Amino acid sequence: MNWSNIITATLSAFFGVNAMYFAISALGLNVQFGYAGLLNFGQAGFMACGAYAVGMTAHYFGISFWWGIPLAVLYAVLFGLVMGVPTLRLRADYLAIVTIALAECVRLVARSVTFKKYFGGSDGINQFSGPFVDLSPWNPSAKYSLNPFAASTNLVGAILLLISYTVCSVLLGSLIADKWTYHQNVARRTKWVLSSVVTFVVILVLVSQTEYDGLSFKSLVVGWVLAAVIAALVFMLMRSPWGRVIKGIREDEDAVRSLGKNVYSYKMQALILGGVIATFSGIMFSVSRGSVQPDNYSRDVTFYVLTALVLGGLAKVSGSIVGPMLFWGILQFVDVFLNELTKSWGGEVRIFGLPLITSSSDIGVLVQIVIGLMLVFLMVFRPQGMFGNRKEMAIDGH
Amino acid sequence: MDTDDTTLSETARVARAALAGVAPEPGVSKPDPIMTAVGVRRSFGGITAVDVEKVEIQRGSITALIGPNGAGKTTFFNLMTAFDTPDTGQWAFDGKSLEGVAAHKTADMGMVRTFQLTKSLTKMSVIENMKLGATGQRGEKWWNGIMPFTWKAQERDIEARADSLLSRFKLDHMRNEYAGTLSGGQRKLLEMSRALMTNPKLVMLDEPMAGVNPALKQSLNQHIKGLRDDGMTVLFVEHDMDMVHDISDWVIVMAEGQIIAEGTPDQISSNPAVIDAYLGAHQGKSLLEDL
Repeated sequence: MNWSNIITATLSAFFGVNAMYFAISALGLNVQFGYAGLLNFGQAGFMACGAYAVGMTAHYFGISFWWGIPLAVLYAVLFGLVMGVPTLRLRADYLAIVTIALAECVRLVARSVTFKKYFGGSDGINQFSGPFVDLSPWNPSAKYSLNPFAASTNLVGAILLLISYTVCSVLLGSLIADKWTYHQNVARRTKWVLSSVVTFVVILVLVSQTEYDGLSFKSLVVGWVLAAVIAALVFMLMRSPWGRVIKGIREDEDAVRSLGKNVYSYKMQALILGGVIATFSGIMFSVSRGSVQPDNYSRDVTFYVLTALVLGGLAKVSGSIVGPMLFWGILQFVDVFLNELTKSWGGEVRIFGLPLITSSSDIGVLVQIVIGLMLVFLMVFRPQGMFGNRKEMAIDGH
Repeated sequence: MDTDDTTLSETARVARAALAGVAPEPGVSKPDPIMTAVGVRRSFGGITAVDVEKVEIQRGSITALIGPNGAGKTTFFNLMTAFDTPDTGQWAFDGKSLEGVAAHKTADMGMVRTFQLTKSLTKMSVIENMKLGATGQRGEKWWNGIMPFTWKAQERDIEARADSLLSRFKLDHMRNEYAGTLSGGQRKLLEMSRALMTNPKLVMLDEPMAGVNPALKQSLNQHIKGLRDDGMTVLFVEHDMDMVHDISDWVIVMAEGQIIAEGTPDQISSNPAVIDAYLGAHQGKSLLEDL
């Protein structure tokens, strides 16, 4: 078994493009579902808004690629309005039904033959992220690491990486310091500094093993910085009186309404804010590949994002960042591990004579099974997710 | 009315004096009404839940709304606070018509309600529950949310007000606990004090005593009387006749959606229509017939 291969692949997935765009999307879903309690099953639709906005600027509108970003925000706001206006006055389950249907509508319209001229049908739109790549100081065909001290990283990248690692470790350190309830004679600040430093070192050790090609690398640096900025904004919003109203709505709409808050408007704000965040996830994913295909924005994406979010912990900003990392890290680990195992066992894995893996296609299925099992165990032993609040979970509805 | 007038506070004496000359009959006009409802009707399918010809609530008084289960008291509350809309009728608060006014705007106008099934926001701390109640918060605009300097000063004032209310209602020791860890009675107190954060003129309490132990009932009574002393008007729904008799200045009786009697607590407890409505005599007859 080639363990170094397994470790490199796992850690690369841990910080990889999938984890990055899932993290941004999960931040949006966290605003909607974790904080406001809006069961949005149409996150993929919002992501498609962003992806198609940047894809279509050159392909159809013939304008600069950069116009894609304001267009994406506009699409997401419109999509949120279309979703919210008819459903936000109704009970939560109606929102779930409508959102899943609308997201599917977006995908089906985008892949339809009739609108091939605009959206490129099921092939989508390709090779449009030129302007994004051109700005990159990195060579698309070379290999890079997220390790800021690696020889392949240039100075700008190294500084950006160090800043984002510092932000992450300070945020995570604050969280750990909160959980660090023993040693009461140690000041919280000391605990915070200590745990931040340890987190920083752990991150550096983890990233030192990663490896990406030039385009992914650029997307990762931009994407993770974006994720950090969005996380900081969400964090601040949720500590503000606005966040208090949003959390109140999750608990009991009528109580909040009786206190003079326009619940409908707040729900709409949360839905659209989460959608606009998700649209950036779509932008980052599509530019990282230079292509947009409708089937990348199917129902599965929404449910995987939701899974990753629950894994990390609802109503916690750190949960929506770490959840997707763990989700993709574990997925990749199981996949590569099983591949290596099959290779070293001579192409077949048998347990007690039962054929577990006889061809490489079995591995994909097994990965899904492992993910399912993992979720079951998570729900049984840690229903609040990695960072969720157990005390909060223990309080039932009313 | 209380025989021992010396136990009454100044505001109670003023409120009772103002109502002393009012005739004890359904739909009677009050000298200074804060809330009026005329011809308010609401039916659900074939059932007319509320059919109020006229009712006025005297400003600065404690008014009790009593009646058997299913009399339409809570529906009437919902109609007055825009949680539900009447089919017909005019209803106004403080001289302003409430027709077409959204539920969240009634709080800004100075009208706040609590719920029969207590609605504490269980996964938020007690102090967060309280701070949510304050109206006109700058930080509740999302664009201000990310700029703490726009709302920090206001937040400090709100927190100070919340803390003083919490200590008045003896919840200050639970300040940082989740509201979900409070007992049923404490939740009632929290809901009432949270409602007071909106600086209301009219407080509408839906069964404030339901599920509250006798000791806490006494202090709740004092709290409600305290609201009147602070210049607020109180309208409350209650089944506990002792409490109604103890604290209210005026009693309105509902049955089958209609107002069947009004008067001071003493007048009401000797009213045959009320006794019929509560005890269920004369079944099948119109309750207004005997009057």
